[in-house]
Amino acid sequence: MDNFTTFTSRLAPLPIDNIDTDQIIPARFLKTISKVGLGDQLFYDWRYDAEGKPLPDFILNRTEGRAAQVLIAGDNFGCGSSREHAPWALTQYGFRAVISTSFADIFRGNALKNSLLPIIVPPEALKKLLAAVTENPSATVTIDLANQTLTLPDGSRAQFPIDQFAKHCMLEGVDELGYILKQEPAIAQYEAERELTVNTLA
Amino acid sequence: MSTKNGPASKPRTIIEKVWDNHVVTEREGAPTLLYIDLHLVHEVTSPQAFSGLRERGLKVRRPDLTLGTTDHSIPTYDRNLPIMDKVAEAQIVQFEKNCRDFGIPFFGPHSDKQGIVHIIGPEQGLTQPGMTVVCGDSHTATHGAFGALAFGIGTSQVEHVLATQCLLQMPSKTYEVRVDGTLKQGVGAKDIILNLISRIGISGGTGCVFEYAGSAIRSLSMEERMTICNMSIEGGARAGLVAPDDTTYQYIAGRPYAPKGADWDRAIASWRKLATEPDASYDKRIDIDASLLEPMITFGTNPGMGIPITAPVPDPTSISDPLERDSLGKALRYMDLPSGKPLLGHKVNVVFIGSCTNSRISDLRAAAQILKGRKVSPNVRVMVVPGSQQVKQQAQAEGLDRIFREAGADWREAGCSMCIAMNGDQLAPGEYSVSTSNRNFEGRQGKGGRTFLASPLTAAASAVTGVVTDVRTML
Ligand code: SF4
Repeated sequence: MDNFTTFTSRLAPLPIDNIDTDQIIPARFLKTISKVGLGDQLFYDWRYDAEGKPLPDFILNRTEGRAAQVLIAGDNFGCGSSREHAPWALTQYGFRAVISTSFADIFRGNALKNSLLPIIVPPEALKKLLAAVTENPSATVTIDLANQTLTLPDGSRAQFPIDQFAKHCMLEGVDELGYILKQEPAIAQYEAERELTVNTLA
Repeated sequence: MSTKNGPASKPRTIIEKVWDNHVVTEREGAPTLLYIDLHLVHEVTSPQAFSGLRERGLKVRRPDLTLGTTDHSIPTYDRNLPIMDKVAEAQIVQFEKNCRDFGIPFFGPHSDKQGIVHIIGPEQGLTQPGMTVVCGDSHTATHGAFGALAFGIGTSQVEHVLATQCLLQMPSKTYEVRVDGTLKQGVGAKDIILNLISRIGISGGTGCVFEYAGSAIRSLSMEERMTICNMSIEGGARAGLVAPDDTTYQYIAGRPYAPKGADWDRAIASWRKLATEPDASYDKRIDIDASLLEPMITFGTNPGMGIPITAPVPDPTSISDPLERDSLGKALRYMDLPSGKPLLGHKVNVVFIGSCTNSRISDLRAAAQILKGRKVSPNVRVMVVPGSQQVKQQAQAEGLDRIFREAGADWREAGCSMCIAMNGDQLAPGEYSVSTSNRNFEGRQGKGGRTFLASPLTAAASAVTGVVTDVRTML
């Protein structure tokens, strides 16, 4: 995982509540056995017409969207299926953070494992951000993960919460599997002390 | 959540007990390392995890606690025919190779044990009380019906569990869902869960694990409990479970992977200790009176947009919050539905009876009860897709397949099918389905398709009439 540094970016607004992972990446694109190419399929059914031509009004097809590394969405972003293809598609398109008032649990976990920062802000802050970007499409925010701050276009700052372990992993580029593998003795001890009732090989 | 080092006297819920029993390590500032007893793997969310193992030169730590099957992208037409979709075929072939290379037992396309992951775990007796169960699939909560703590995980975590049999997990909040009272005729498990989600919304359970309790839950069969637990994720919860009781033990007894002999007695004794202690407290709670419930149906584009079948579709102009109003308006535009009147009588193009929510034998029996001696409407395409090969065989032994065929429904091979529309079974743009699956998101059953979620009874009744129908008029 790459280290996550402070950055300033324009914003792609998608002010819709409950955006589910079937919208982020429709299921028919999950037949791939790699992670490559998902960025082109991000929000496919909202982004392209029946012939596969880009819909010019959809934010990801506009210059403002393409220039943005931060997506702003309505409540409960990423609900539905557990597909990690959703954060893969978002990061391949070029997003490094998503701002919402809340995230579905599995999506949030998947995003953090892929250097995609889920930023939770209060509803008023989200409204303010959406208003700012409507007024000025080239407005920017600055995201500082170390200090957990989001600097809004008017210069005001908002704190955002993040799980401390996930923050540490993102800042230091810690590989979670490596971290778990180091706990091998504890895992072996746990197994030795416990009797299991299932054996699928039996 | 853990009370491992806390005062021993604090009464615990079953959720906390199962968690505590699986703590491998707890470190300051890090999530708990939790041991996983059963890992189910399928073709869609695992390929990149196996690639990760290969890149690092890692093995699967406990293939004996792992099971693979193909369900999501497998066609439901004759298994002896070649798979027409070459991308799907490549995924299935790769999955079989992954299972072989890493020594994982595999119920492949031609196995008589193949089926949807969440159907076959319980069916084989693999899912047992007090376990931790994971799968790269959000409906893993289904296994909670047995008193297991069962989470859906992403592909990175699939890799973690394959390599270490462990998962890093933050504790969850506990949420008691109490359902008391007696269900009316024509109302069942699917209606209970759709009602819950319509009340708390699709993010109402975020960060929580549900425990379903109360007299109505106790009186449900295991298959009905699975239907409820299955859709916990649709209420935003990480998992949902029901404490085990005699109904649970009777279901498990004698299944292929169930403990036998002295092991069985020992297992039961430990399972009996799992139930929530009388004074244990939950972070949240909701009460539902089962006797007031009606058959439920969804009208919108998420599972929280559900109404009793006789109730009108809500009107966006009555909502004050602008984003919420827009969401409802957008959903009704996508569904091309007017607000203010019930869905009853609305035309239906397709009826889908299947998915990990409602494709077990009791679901098929319920549908057959309505379809027996009747014909499906000539305007409706009806697909009945059993959840597993075992369910299929059982249904055929009971003659249900004949009832479906004679009614004019299509009887298919086991898989996820039109629940997720990855395998060629799908709606055409603009078509309406009544579906017994769990998600009505835009395009979920095919690009431009429109889904009404409901119970097998409601689906079968609507298949006969060709319009959304209150099954109680046909009982
Ligand atoms: S039946 Fe549907 S919800 Fe269930 S596992 Fe398959 S795709 Fe997922």
